[in-house]
Amino acid sequence: MSGYAEGILVLLAINVVYAYAAYLPIAAGQLNLGVAGFAAIGGYFSAYLSTNIAMSPLLAIPLGGAAAGLIGLAVAVPVLRTRGIYLALATFALGEIVRASILNLEFVGGAAGYPVTAYIRLLTVALFALGVTVLVWLLFATRFGVAITAVHDDERVADLMGLNVRAFQVAAFTIGSALAGIGGGLYAHHFSYIEAQYFSISLSISIVLFVLFGGTQSVVGPLLGAAVFTLLPEVLRGSAQWRYVLFAAILIVVMVVRPQGLVTGAQIRRLLGMRSEAKERTA
Amino acid sequence: MTGSGPILMLDDVSKHFGGLAVIENLSFSVRRGTCTGLIGPNGAGKTTVFNLITGVYPIDEGRILIDDVDIAQIPSRRRIHHGVARNFQNIRLMPHLSAMENVLIGQHCRNSGFFGVLQPVNLIPGNRWREEARAALSDAGLGQYERATVGSLPYGLQKRIELVRALMAEPRLLLLDEPAAGLNPAETGALRDRITTICRDRGITLLVVEHDMQFVGALCSEVIVLNFGRKIAEGTPEKVREDALVREAYLGTDATEQPHAS
Repeated sequence: MSGYAEGILVLLAINVVYAYAAYLPIAAGQLNLGVAGFAAIGGYFSAYLSTNIAMSPLLAIPLGGAAAGLIGLAVAVPVLRTRGIYLALATFALGEIVRASILNLEFVGGAAGYPVTAYIRLLTVALFALGVTVLVWLLFATRFGVAITAVHDDERVADLMGLNVRAFQVAAFTIGSALAGIGGGLYAHHFSYIEAQYFSISLSISIVLFVLFGGTQSVVGPLLGAAVFTLLPEVLRGSAQWRYVLFAAILIVVMVVRPQGLVTGAQIRRLLGMRSEAKERTA
Repeated sequence: MTGSGPILMLDDVSKHFGGLAVIENLSFSVRRGTCTGLIGPNGAGKTTVFNLITGVYPIDEGRILIDDVDIAQIPSRRRIHHGVARNFQNIRLMPHLSAMENVLIGQHCRNSGFFGVLQPVNLIPGNRWREEARAALSDAGLGQYERATVGSLPYGLQKRIELVRALMAEPRLLLLDEPAAGLNPAETGALRDRITTICRDRGITLLVVEHDMQFVGALCSEVIVLNFGRKIAEGTPEKVREDALVREAYLGTDATEQPHAS
């Protein structure tokens, strides 16, 4: 496989992990604009472990995710008291605090960035992405997934039905933060170098767009959104300097035509319904 | 917990929104195993009573007893564990979930521990909770809509799904807020029969807010009448229908002077 193709596939795998990181809180009705901040925590933490204490990246990356998840849990409790645009602003500020803090941490290179000695190949990145995808899909096949959507749809009724709305929101935010940390760790260990500038608000916004574009109502949406956002600019390479103009124009048209995203929960259920009916017919 | 006393008792309950008293010193009780109607003109405070019982709003004064336990200070999400479930005047299903998933939400209070939350209800065919929800939908004649996203279903079907969801909590006390609103006479009759059967078979006590007096008369053995947040009458449907204060509240002072106006 060419280096170019491998690079694209690595970015696709990392973007899928990021997309699920943003998807979990969005599915519970929270817009987290600080995903890049949690990716930075996971990325730097795992890079520090693998570089300074020679820990295997296979262990360091999940530990980076756990660190991001723990910090996500600590901040979720106060941050999730805010709602709507205020929650978005609070999480944006959180991401910026993380980025600015890293710029001032000399032991991880500060503004000069941090070289990472351990390296993981495409296969490892892809397996992590597959693992995260399977994990999230399984999670949403449980009562947890149903409850998260219920909390998103109507917090008051969910509460009256006995759901601990706040616990579900905190859990979604925490798991999402941990996944972002894993994404950051994968990035750090494949590209062998990380810097605070990479984990900016524009990364957070792109990640949220993966989910909004793909669709927030099913676990297929983030996967599709990440794929389109990663692959479409490459498909448009033939348009040379116009490719990002074309890319943006396509996104605008799709969002006008499909404001609910490329796939909806109803479409997935219809598809599953047709499959189970077909199975019954053949049985 | 069960006993011979009333299943629900409101004791001197008051609620104000700012300077406006919406419920004032309201006391009533609902006998176990009965169906009680809560009626009154628009704005009388009927839905507010449901909201106070279920904890949507905290009360300002008084006590709300379910089986002699004061639930007034219990968080709203814990009250369903005391056997109280409800529907809503304006249907409040989860629009992005399927009919099946909405019904699964109704089971949550019976399966809410750590391992309960991780039950693979949408993964393993034959999952006990999923089968229970499927059977409940089928019993209500809704089996074919199991996978339908509820936001896309007609009003009447949504009302039926909301009732199934409330029943999945296995309540001892069911609060129904205008269950017959928007239904045609045939649907109303079928609903009345279904509610009567379910409550009798499962030992559920019912408190119903309803404007359709025929429906209330056929379903309820007792009726409580509210006006401006106060109880103005209670008794059998026949008794309250003849009550002068009730007639005045519904029809105005002049109308009560015309004996055949209702």
